[in-house]
Formats: sequence, structure tokens, C-alpha cells
Amino acid sequence: MTASTPRIADKLYRNRYLVDPGRPHIKVRPHVTPSPELVALTTVCPAECWQMNDRGQVEVTPDGCMECGTCRILCEPSGEIEWNYPRGGYGVLFKFG
Amino acid sequence: MIEERFDAIVVGAGMAGNAAAHTMASRGLKVLQLERGEYPGSKNVQGAIMYASMLEEIIPDFRDDAPLERHLVEQRFWMMDDRSHTGMHYRSDDFNEDRPNRYTIVRAQFDRWFSGKCREAGVTVLTETTVTDLIRDDSGRVLGVRTDRAGGVVFADVVVLAEGVNGLVGTRCGLRETPKPKSVALAVKEMHFLPPEVIESRFALKGDEGCVIEMVGSFSRGMTGLGFLYTNRESISLGLGCLVSDYAETRESPHALLENFKAHPSIAPLIAGSEVREYAAHLIPEGGWREIPQLCGDGWVVVGDAAHFNNAVHREGSNLAMTSGRLAGEAIHRLKATRSPMTRADLKLYETLLEESFLMKDLRKYKDLPALLHTNSRNFFLSYPELVSSAMQTWLRVDGTPKLEKEKKTVRSFVEKRSRLGLVADAVKLAMAWR
Ligand SMILES: Cc1cc2nc3c(=O)[nH]c(=O)nc-3n(C[C@H](O)[C@H](O)[C@H](O)COP(=O)(O)OP(=O)(O)OC[C@H]3O[C@@H](n4cnc5c(N)ncnc54)[C@H](O)[C@@H]3O)c2cc1C
Repeated sequence: MTASTPRIADKLYRNRYLVDPGRPHIKVRPHVTPSPELVALTTVCPAECWQMNDRGQVEVTPDGCMECGTCRILCEPSGEIEWNYPRGGYGVLFKFG
Repeated sequence: MIEERFDAIVVGAGMAGNAAAHTMASRGLKVLQLERGEYPGSKNVQGAIMYASMLEEIIPDFRDDAPLERHLVEQRFWMMDDRSHTGMHYRSDDFNEDRPNRYTIVRAQFDRWFSGKCREAGVTVLTETTVTDLIRDDSGRVLGVRTDRAGGVVFADVVVLAEGVNGLVGTRCGLRETPKPKSVALAVKEMHFLPPEVIESRFALKGDEGCVIEMVGSFSRGMTGLGFLYTNRESISLGLGCLVSDYAETRESPHALLENFKAHPSIAPLIAGSEVREYAAHLIPEGGWREIPQLCGDGWVVVGDAAHFNNAVHREGSNLAMTSGRLAGEAIHRLKATRSPMTRADLKLYETLLEESFLMKDLRKYKDLPALLHTNSRNFFLSYPELVSSAMQTWLRVDGTPKLEKEKKTVRSFVEKRSRLGLVADAVKLAMAWR
């Protein structure tokens, strides 16, 4: 990424969300070494919800999630992540789409 | 939640679900439609071009009140390297007709309007309701759905799954597989707001005329991908989509790719001074005919993106969603009229109607194209655009080099990059897949 790239947070703050507190709709299974797919999520997620912590494990903070499903397509089959829709009415609410 | 029994339950209020619900309710069926978003459209993302013919078959007078942005009079195809684009433009005054064929729309607004039409036709629409499971008997026959509302169980003769590309309900219940990374593209897009006069002058449009640009090239960094720019009344939709499998392999960031795309010297002046009001992401099913799953079973049918109905070559999805929804609705109405029990054998009528329509014919025509473009993505999406750009420059610069030498240089550049055999093979394969 180049230095001029705006932070993702600056982009996401223009979107409308209704966060369901305490009920994240995406969870990562505890792991020691993440698979290549799980590591890929740290760059491939369009909302940058996935980070690698300093112990080399991948974590998720799905507040800015746009519910595209990319992480599910890549990592649900192996069981590494659990992916559900937020409860009805919650999550991203596109004004334009 | 609702104690009654319905003729049909429709899961999802996108293009396919609305088409199905409207078709059935306007023919007198008792229909319940469930949508997880706060309002219909709040979860949906599209470019977006809407094809009028497919909506006309459902709502003939839609032009009277549908939220349409611009009717398209110009289409541009661009092949881009990092600093240039080579284009083919088609504009015709014939597109300024009484009943234009293609419009740009804004999905969140359009879906709300479409849903209003469904309510008028008699559909019971419940939003903020996520369907979590299907209710089935021992034989596997679908009897109804479970939702995330308290006591949220509802029954019907048939369930129409119009749940979009992720299709959690159908995939979790084993009706079809989760889409594969190489069969779906991840699209990211932004809404750039500008005064209508500015859009009109930048694209030489008058009134409600609109223009779209579709692009391939180095901005996708060799991934199978497409860029798009669509003019709305007072905004421009700009974005790009690349295959999820390519993203996983290259580990490119879609957010960073979009930023670079916006800074391209051919794009930047078109959006200069705009205010970005939304950033969205969504998947597009792009595996084509070979990825179409089982389309019906005892007590259920699947329509739209959930059925992988998308023509990636022609950028058609919402029209296939509307057509498949309408045909499912027509089939169910006919079966209901003859009191058929909606078994898989009965519901095959939906498949028959699809086979007779343009939908299956088109998808079958291009059945080999997705695989070809995916395996040769670096050539088609990076090498050729770069070669074409340098050929154009060589052709246009007048610098005293004899023309014959220029032509030889261009031919040499293609052969060096792809070899004679490679060039012929690409052309033959493309022609075969296009047939
Ligand atoms: C960036 C982009 C550009 C595109 N451009 C074009 C274009 O220019 N022209 C074109 O024709 N097509 C285009 N498409 C494709 C088009 O958007 C889709 O083909 C179309 O939206 C499919 O309609 P659908 O009804 O099948 O799915 P969707 O529109 O995705 O609708 C599915 C609905 O179901 C709801 N839902 C899902 N699961 C549940 C559940 N469990 N419970 C309750 N509700 C649920 C969702 O909230 C949603 O409202 C584009 C797509 C993208 C992403």
C-alpha cells in the first residue's frame, strides 16, 4: 500500500451500520498457526476487519464488515471461521448500494 | 410471529425475490416475503445497469414511477495500462427512444420501490427478519422456514430461495455447495456525488442521458477482473471486481486497488471534486453455466444469484434474477392452479421454463469462457492491455522512424511476450469459448 492510501476507517465512516453489541457475526477458531487462506484475509478483506496479532494469530473485528462473504468463501470450508448474517436489521445498511 | 399458512414464502427482497413475489401475488397467491435488511435494498449492491425488458414483463408501466437514474446512450470499453487507455466507444441517438432499453439505477432506492409494488400486489413483506433454517420432514421435503424472530416458524406449500450469492440457507441445508473462490468475484465500489451539470458536461450528456465505461487492464494486477464507471443522475458509481481465488493468491488489497484505480490519469479527471458518500463490497457469481446448482426439490426452488445466474461477459445479473424469479413465480402459480403437491417433479416446470428462455441459452453459450479467462488471466488482463497500449503509442508518435520498422517493432513485441504459438492458441481458445 502506498503512503497516500487513505485509511480504511476514513472510508467506512461514511457507511451506515447498526452494530449488534456483544454479538459478532464472524468468529475465528482459536489456532496456533493460521492457514494461508486465513492469513490472506488480513489483506483481502475489503473492510480490513482481519489483523494478525503479535503472536502470529489472525483476529477479526467485524464492526466495519460489509457482509460480502469473501472470508466465508475462503475460510469456512476448513472450519477456521464461523460466519453468520447479523440478526435481522443489524449490520451494514447501504444507503445507495 | 405469523400463525397463518402461505402458498409461498420468498426468502430475500432483492431483484429475484421481488420478481417472484410480485408474479405470484399478482396472480392471487398468498405470499410471505422475508428480508433480513432494515429495508429492502439495504444489503444489496449493484453497478448498476437495469435492463428494461425483464422488468417490463413484471411491471409494464414501471417508467411511470420507478427511481431510474439515466437511460444509457453511450457505452465505452477501455483497455488500460498504468498510464493510458485504448477505447472503443459506441453512442447512438437511437437510444433516445420512448422506452429506453437500459437505465442506471441505485439499488437501495430501486429495491424499496420494487418492494412497494410487491406490497401493492398483496405480498406480506417482513423486513429485519433473517431466515435461519428450513423446516423439513423426514423425507427432506421443505415445509417452511425458521427465522430469528421469537417463535419465528412459518409454513408454506413452497419456499422460493432468493437469498443472493452467499445463499447461507440453501448451502447450510445442503441444497447446493458454497460458491468456490474461483467462481465468485469480489467487487468494491464507491458512490461519487457531483452536480448533474458537471456529470453531463464531463460525459457530453444532455438531460437524462447516461454513459457507462467498462474496463480491463493493469489496474487488476493480472487478476481476472473488470472495472466499471456508471453515471447516475447526481453520482458516479466507480468500482472494480476481481476473482476471490486471485485475491487469495496475490493477497492484493481491494481497498488499495480501488484507490490506485481512482488515481489513474484516465479516471481521475472524471471524478475530480466529487464527494464520496459510500464504500460498498459484494460478491458476484461468475462461474457461469457449469456452476449452476440443482434448481428445485420437494417444496423449494432457487432463483437469482443464489442459483449462480450471472452472465459475466455481458455484465448481466439483475435481469437474470428478475427473469428467474418471474419464471419460478409463473411455474408455482400454474402448479397451484392444478393443485399439484409441489414435488421436485412438479417444480421441474420452472426448469423447463428457464430452458425455453434466453437465460439458459445465453449461459450455455459462454460455458467455457470463465475457465479460459481464469487460467490465462495474466495474458488477458495484463500482457495484452500493455502490448496494445505500446502499439498505439508507436503508431501515433511521429518521430521519423519508418512506418515499416514501427510495424515490425509492434509485431515483435507481441511475439516476444506471448510467442507465435501462444498468440494463435489464445485467439483460437477465445473464439471457441465465444461460439
Ligand atoms: C458491483 C456489482 C455490480 C453489478 N452490476 C450489475 C449490472 O450493471 N447489471 C446487472 O444486471 N447486474 C449487475 N450485478 C449483479 C446483480 O447485482 C445481481 O445479479 C442481482 O442483485 C441478483 O439479485 P438477487 O435477488 O438474486 O440477489 P440480491 O440482490 O443479493 O438479493 C438477495 C436478498 O436476500 C436477502 N437475504 C439473504 N439471505 C437472507 C436470509 N437468510 N433471510 C432473509 N433475507 C435474506 C438479502 O438481504 C437481499 O436483500 C452487479 C453486482 C455487483 C456486486
